[in-house]
Amino acid sequence: MLYSEKVMDHFTNPRNLGKMENADGVGEVGNAKCGDIMKIYLKVENDIIVDAKFNTFGCGSAIASSSMATEMIKGKPISEALQLSNQAVVEALDGLPPQKLHCSVLAEEAVQAAVKDYYDKNGIAYDPDMFKTGHCHECHEGQCSCD
Amino acid sequence: MKRIYVDNAATTRVTETARRVFIETMDNTWGNPSSLHSIGQAAAETLLKARQDVAGCLNAPRERDIYFTSGGSEADNQALRTGAAMGKKKGKMHIVSTKFEHHAVLHCLKKLEKEGFEITLLDVGREGLVTPQQVEEAIRPDTCLVSVMFANNEIGTIQPIAEIGAVCRKHGVLFHTDAVQAVGHLPIDVQAMNIDMLSMSGHKFGAPKGVGALYARNGIWLTNIIDGGAQERGRRAGTENLPGIVAMAAALQEACANMEEHSKKVTALRDRLIEGLSQLPLTIVNGSLEHRLPGNVNVCFQGIEGESLLLLLDAKGIEASSGSACTSGSLDPSHVLLALGLPHEVAHGSLRLSLNQDNTEEDVDYMLKEIPQVVSYLRSISPVWEAIEKGEIHYAI
Repeated sequence: MLYSEKVMDHFTNPRNLGKMENADGVGEVGNAKCGDIMKIYLKVENDIIVDAKFNTFGCGSAIASSSMATEMIKGKPISEALQLSNQAVVEALDGLPPQKLHCSVLAEEAVQAAVKDYYDKNGIAYDPDMFKTGHCHECHEGQCSCD
Repeated sequence: MKRIYVDNAATTRVTETARRVFIETMDNTWGNPSSLHSIGQAAAETLLKARQDVAGCLNAPRERDIYFTSGGSEADNQALRTGAAMGKKKGKMHIVSTKFEHHAVLHCLKKLEKEGFEITLLDVGREGLVTPQQVEEAIRPDTCLVSVMFANNEIGTIQPIAEIGAVCRKHGVLFHTDAVQAVGHLPIDVQAMNIDMLSMSGHKFGAPKGVGALYARNGIWLTNIIDGGAQERGRRAGTENLPGIVAMAAALQEACANMEEHSKKVTALRDRLIEGLSQLPLTIVNGSLEHRLPGNVNVCFQGIEGESLLLLLDAKGIEASSGSACTSGSLDPSHVLLALGLPHEVAHGSLRLSLNQDNTEEDVDYMLKEIPQVVSYLRSISPVWEAIEKGEIHYAI
């Protein structure tokens, strides 16, 4: 089997799936040309992520990574969510095949993009350097540069 | 759970006849065909009979023009190397092929290009067809070889092989066809079609994996890929895979004997599937409907990705394939779908169902019930679907 049981579980029974109305922060990363787009929605109260949801276009590991990432940030302070690394998502999923690691990077970036959107919407000051520039936002002609 | 296998373009189940003769050959004719003693000579006779049977199915004039190989990829490599070597001797270093060949052809051509050959890859258009005119226009005084696949492995489009063969013969250029998807499924006559070299693979028509053949007409001196003993007239060394070869010959004879009946049945199933799936919104059928293998269905569902589609279909017992990047092992979707002019975004959502005679009307009913559900679920969780549906995102197709 290509995927771990954990990945298959989160792919076939995704947690926190669906659009969130009136989200406090929304982050969308990826590119349809590359074959995956992740959109993560946050509900924030007193700096705590009280709810997180997602929509994903992509392969099994992209869907599983989004599901796992939303699980991992729910109920956590924003500062902790910002620490979520793609490695942590991979570990929580009991591993991803090497060619699928970029899906976990997308999940990390989607969370960060959603937090950044929350900061922007609420006029909260932040150091722009704390947000990574997207690895997967650009596709070159005939060749995706995701890693 | 019922399992529906619709990935026959990838490989087929070994037929009962092929399985039986495979085992019989291992049990009774296990000798080395190169040995002089009785069990060796029995094996040599069995090998000759298999060669005659394969030659007969292709209407090859002489059984000795059939060279057994490990499969389609080896046959393709040997054919291209042969055409290139014969051309080089005469200072002809130009090869014509198409953009949507199998990688066994494309990657070998890439190597030949590095070795100094010039390669022209013809466009296949939206329908996935190459015309004899295109081939004729591409042929130059220094062209040594034309290689055009008989039928495409992903979209199933059948090329005008006889007409292309006639053009090549007229210009005195060698003509090779990768017929891996066609042999056993379509009528083939290498003489009438002016085919100089043809590649085939047993496991696409009910033989085990690991056996194939290259037909090369009289007068073509094959370039060895494997050097060693004198097997296959010295052009392909290595003790013959006799059980595999005998099973392939048996499976091919069976396939050719039942071709008309199977083709009629499978075509009807295919057309029902295409008809049903094309009713789904923003769904594209890939490749010509008219010139198409009996068992091939290939569609793109906009707004979803192929790998997640395959995994969910597998969970429902449907075993299919896709040309999405995630299933190709690279980051790009299938070169075949891109050659049709489909944008990456759409090509990622492809589904190939390749049927054969073992599939039933009930299989089609089940697929037409389950596939739309899975597609609409994946669309419902896709962040781009709403915009595609509303026309806010439009892909040029």
